[in-house]
Amino acid sequence: MRVEVRVYPKQGVLDPQGKAIASALGRLGHATVEDVRAGKIFFLDVRGEDPVAVEAEARKMAEELLANTVIEGYDVRVRPEA
Amino acid sequence: MSAVSAPKRKFAIVVFPGSNCDQDCYHVARELLGCEAEFVWHQDTDLKGADVVILPGGFAYGDYLRAGALARFSPVMESVERFAADGGAVLGICNGFQVLLEAGLLPGAVRVNRGLRYVCKDVHLRVENAGTAFTRLYRAGEVVTMPIGHMEGNYTAPPETLTDLEYSGGVVFRYCDSEGRVTDEANPNGATAGIAGISNREGNVVGLMPHPDRCAEGLLGNDAGRKMFESALAALVP
Repeated sequence: MRVEVRVYPKQGVLDPQGKAIASALGRLGHATVEDVRAGKIFFLDVRGEDPVAVEAEARKMAEELLANTVIEGYDVRVRPEA
Repeated sequence: MSAVSAPKRKFAIVVFPGSNCDQDCYHVARELLGCEAEFVWHQDTDLKGADVVILPGGFAYGDYLRAGALARFSPVMESVERFAADGGAVLGICNGFQVLLEAGLLPGAVRVNRGLRYVCKDVHLRVENAGTAFTRLYRAGEVVTMPIGHMEGNYTAPPETLTDLEYSGGVVFRYCDSEGRVTDEANPNGATAGIAGISNREGNVVGLMPHPDRCAEGLLGNDAGRKMFESALAALVP
């Protein structure tokens, strides 16, 4: 099944990329943008029948490798239908 | 101490796919210090009886995912961890520092530079702790110049870790101006508190973003980094 892991700078951690993107959006006339944080998303195709077990394993992957939990947060979404 | 009876010291230089300062470190160890030096491929686990282990700069695994993130899973890192736990002197330079951070051998993390650019230039550094395995030949407060060349050197750590580093002597080098003042203008990458290099509590594991390997001989116009390597030798019991 398809698993999506989103990894992004923790709230409060300086995100130079997000800041640069926010100011670029402002320059393009998107005056409503107050803040941007830039992260990445991993699409994983994982073998398994049990969405709960798959999610638990994906969380372990995020802790061990996909995110640097010193500066990054993450969330996991399991899509059994995909 | 007679030169004849002194054992020849050995440096192990870890080579990851993408390391590119391994030859520089090898040159410092062999040609400048007259020590033995061995390259250790990241798939190997034998540190070949080395007295000092160096993780050189470069782009291990192409910096995929995050700088140092994949290199920490190389087989050699288990040996490096054991060596460090036994008190062995381990130095991570630039990308090698990033590997030590990802491996948890040093605390904290680096983010992309605040200017979002690769920065390559000489910087001034203030020696904050002259008691580590790699700084004992410097004076505390001494200002030295070393080159940097990195995209992700913007060091940070959780507040409690930063406090712990500050109070335990964990901050080894700070970016400063030529007078030793730590200012925002002198900070090339936005690192918290101008931190350029840190050590573990015991002082045997040190990592820094600047390149002492690129300023270890007068021929290159600057030998300020040489004492980092010599310090490690001075720390060894004869």
